[in-house]
Amino acid sequence: MSHDVTLTSHDPHTKLIYMANQIAKFMESKPHDEGVAGLSSHINDFWEPRMRKRLFEVLDAGGQGLRPLVIEAAASIRRPFPA
Amino acid sequence: MKDFIIPDRDFGTPVSKSKRMITLSIDGFEVTVPEGTSIMRAAAEAGIQVPKLCATDSVEAFGSCRLCLVEIEGRNGTPASCTTPVAAGLKVHTQTTKVKQLRRGVMELYISDHPLDCLTCSANGDCELQDMAGAVGLRNVRYEAVDTHFRAKDTSGKSNPQYLARDDSNPYFSYDPQKCIVCSRCVRACEEVQGTFALTISGRGFDSRVSAGVAADDFLASDCVSCGACVAACPTATLQEKSVIEIGTPSHSVITTCAYCGVGCSFKAEMRGDELVKMTPYKQGKANRGHSCVKGRFAYGYASHKDRILNPMIRADIKDPWQEVTWPEAMEFASRRMADLIEKHGRHSVGVITSSRCTNEETYLVQKLTRAVFMNNNTDTCARVCHSPTGYGLGQTYGTSAGTQDFDSVEHTDVVMIIGANPTDGHPVFASRLKKRLRQGAKLIVVDPRRTDIVESPHVKAQHHLALTPGTNVAMVTALAHVIVTEGLFNEAFIRERCDWDEFQDYAEFVSEPQNSPEAASFLTGVDAAEVRAAARLYALGGNAAIYYGLGVTEHSQGSTAVIGIANLAMLTGNMGRPGVGVNPLRGQNNVQGACDMGSFPHELPGYRHVKNDDVRLIFEDLWGVKIDNEPGLRIPNMLDAAVEGTFKGLYCQGEDILQSDPDTKHVSAGLAAMECVIVHDLFLNETANYAHVFLPGSTFLEKNGTFTNAERRINRVRRVMSPRNGYEDWEVTQMLANAMGAEWIYTHPSEIMDEIAMTTPSFAGVNYALLETLGSVQWPCNDAAPQGTPLMHVDGFVRGKGRFINTEYVATDERTGPRFPLLLTTGRILSQYNVGAQTRRTENVVWHAEDVLEIHPHDAEVRGVKDGQFVRLASRSGDTALRAKISDRVNPGVVYTTFHHPDTQANVITTEYSDWATNCPEYKVTAVQVSPSNGPSEWQEEYSEQSRLSRRIQSAAE
Repeated sequence: MSHDVTLTSHDPHTKLIYMANQIAKFMESKPHDEGVAGLSSHINDFWEPRMRKRLFEVLDAGGQGLRPLVIEAAASIRRPFPA
Repeated sequence: MKDFIIPDRDFGTPVSKSKRMITLSIDGFEVTVPEGTSIMRAAAEAGIQVPKLCATDSVEAFGSCRLCLVEIEGRNGTPASCTTPVAAGLKVHTQTTKVKQLRRGVMELYISDHPLDCLTCSANGDCELQDMAGAVGLRNVRYEAVDTHFRAKDTSGKSNPQYLARDDSNPYFSYDPQKCIVCSRCVRACEEVQGTFALTISGRGFDSRVSAGVAADDFLASDCVSCGACVAACPTATLQEKSVIEIGTPSHSVITTCAYCGVGCSFKAEMRGDELVKMTPYKQGKANRGHSCVKGRFAYGYASHKDRILNPMIRADIKDPWQEVTWPEAMEFASRRMADLIEKHGRHSVGVITSSRCTNEETYLVQKLTRAVFMNNNTDTCARVCHSPTGYGLGQTYGTSAGTQDFDSVEHTDVVMIIGANPTDGHPVFASRLKKRLRQGAKLIVVDPRRTDIVESPHVKAQHHLALTPGTNVAMVTALAHVIVTEGLFNEAFIRERCDWDEFQDYAEFVSEPQNSPEAASFLTGVDAAEVRAAARLYALGGNAAIYYGLGVTEHSQGSTAVIGIANLAMLTGNMGRPGVGVNPLRGQNNVQGACDMGSFPHELPGYRHVKNDDVRLIFEDLWGVKIDNEPGLRIPNMLDAAVEGTFKGLYCQGEDILQSDPDTKHVSAGLAAMECVIVHDLFLNETANYAHVFLPGSTFLEKNGTFTNAERRINRVRRVMSPRNGYEDWEVTQMLANAMGAEWIYTHPSEIMDEIAMTTPSFAGVNYALLETLGSVQWPCNDAAPQGTPLMHVDGFVRGKGRFINTEYVATDERTGPRFPLLLTTGRILSQYNVGAQTRRTENVVWHAEDVLEIHPHDAEVRGVKDGQFVRLASRSGDTALRAKISDRVNPGVVYTTFHHPDTQANVITTEYSDWATNCPEYKVTAVQVSPSNGPSEWQEEYSEQSRLSRRIQSAAE
């Protein structure tokens, strides 16, 4: 399955996709809206802008490999200012 | 330095906790004491010392020496005051003609079989036998010593079979049987205080001898764990610290706090001049109550080890040898490099790692350095790799990131559940207090893949050992909750009052699903469902139930979820807010709690307040006169990723060895190698320093002032007992670096830093050094609402308001066994060594553990042709290493276990990059591996050892 990326390389995108999906798996057990909100606020609160920038590179390219909840939450994830 | 003359008197028998008070008369003085107090103690509290030898207040009365006899009006004979409890209206006389004569007779007998070499005896000046001879007025000994225990040869020149040579096998203390008076204090201390039962009295009558283990054992070969309780209890020179034998008696003492584990024991550093003679546990210490373990009591020799670096060093490139320089030169070099990196790559290209081994004040300054001088939030700490999931999990459910109880709480516990912790090795002093409670009848549930000592040891046996497959904690904890909910064992009144009822219902529905039952979970955990059900019932119905957990919970890809699951269990059963219950993370390092409190995490300022909050930033901005970044910074693994990517270039790392302690060593070394300025501030050239450009020598806990906060949120003073050998306390070094970069800090004492912490952080508002002098220690929150601190949290309600139940869906880790790597490796600690071993490897503790070994089940060993003691290759998909195998049924088939104390082993070459979903805490506890026979160190180990050698070359300034 496309969203079951395993962590086998140190490629930054692969790693962040993996991390975002890990958070999604936790949030998926919550009621849906709470899960979406929980996911975006978790990434906003704990991901440094460089990490969010990389995540948006994936999202902007179609979100390949990301679980649906991440894509749904993307609208409320804070897009970092260009450095 | 401050000397303390604190009465540390011996009251002879333990304190009674009864609330009923009894009044009696002793030598004509009215004394009022709690019921159950001995006459000896009552007298001592009134200031009257009854002579005694076998009694000491760390152990129960024994009544063997017959020296403490008293007379009581209306009672026959001369009862022993240590074993006779007080009663209302008693009239006791401690000094009558009759008891004086009896005592003198007793002392005569003792002295007739004791060498009279007092002047050259190592206990001279600190000997209770000597004191008592004086106290009872012994002036002559009428008995001729014919048969003795102390003469090597009898009068005819034949060797004396009763004479036993001194046992020097323990590196820290000696046992000299010729000085022994067989008072049994050592034996009782080993049983009652430590709970190891290593000592006994062998033989009877004149043949009675203190014996460690069986006859063939010496102290080192016995079960003795070298806690020092017997040495502290011994009234003579029989059990004596070797340091006292070598140096002499101390002249003064200073109360300070141990720098090893998160128990945070209080010690008396007993000094002569500026030489440390011995460390003895401090009776008034509220964490340890007068007990200690081998590390805190004895393993301080690293402070004067030859490997300590005392001069700053720099080098342009990590391939160069180190160059010793002056402090100003080092600061000039370091500050210029950091400033250049900021100039060239922006302010986010540098950061700091604070130390959980340093003081609160030092940690506070390091995070301030990055926030106020580097102008970013790139700060992290080693809690990232241990208890960061605790911060997240308890923060989400209860609203605060800390253990809920004090250690005294265990005295009121009826059911103890230990999950993923090995207290007898990792937190030995707490374990002793716990075992004491278990011997009194408390029940025990252990959730651990390995049969740790607490599962079964003398007079302790767990009712349930749930030996689950590594990585399945969440399935297990949720299964326990399933039983509690579906069998109606939850505490509805508590939940309705203290928790959000709607969230509870959602949670109850979730855990009740059939896939969360113990029967379904057993396919994941490998644990019999009936056993899980029985454990859940015991936890829910057994009275006061407390959970103690460790890194076996947090260091998983679902570490935070497991912490949440544990918090749910305590809320479900109402085990919160009173003594004997609660959720207690056993913290790894002395100040890991403090490092977290002090704002070491990249997303929060001191006091766990997120950097996104304008009001919180404003407090610090006003005080510091800077603008604080409102975005979270990089965590350690993210720093390394960014370094490999080329956007993170400079790091100031205080008192932490990330290369050895963090997972996936090859990735850490790649990250460090990519940085252009790595500043390591440490006692030794640690493994991380192989990649450093600047080395700033650090000071030990004996050489500085400050505070540590232990696992029970207790802020304890650390006091300087000698000058820093490197010249500066660590906070001064950080201040020099900050000032070299233009900070203009002017702290002159750590108390000023604590005042700044109190000024900015509500939970510390009432903390200051004057208060700590008065109270000894204080547990945060300490403020207007709780001026004396807070022993128990969440008493009338949770910190966040309503306790919050959160669903804990089990998600299997992606680290899975398969044909190439069929075994699961889990890691842990051993009693005598501490973490990466930087300190303990530089002490005599290596006699107990000279190398890491791999525990492997006999079945797994047999199919691989692995023999006990043989070198094996341990490989995962990250890397491979070699170490010796130890065949053991403590681990289940399919599971192997090792410690990570030795850099030669490099156990973290094996561990992977998987980490906790919420906090990036690495998954140390689960790695799929293969084990095969090997004939020596792996290629990586050899290469690494060569590289270490090269990178540790030092050119002294004179060259």
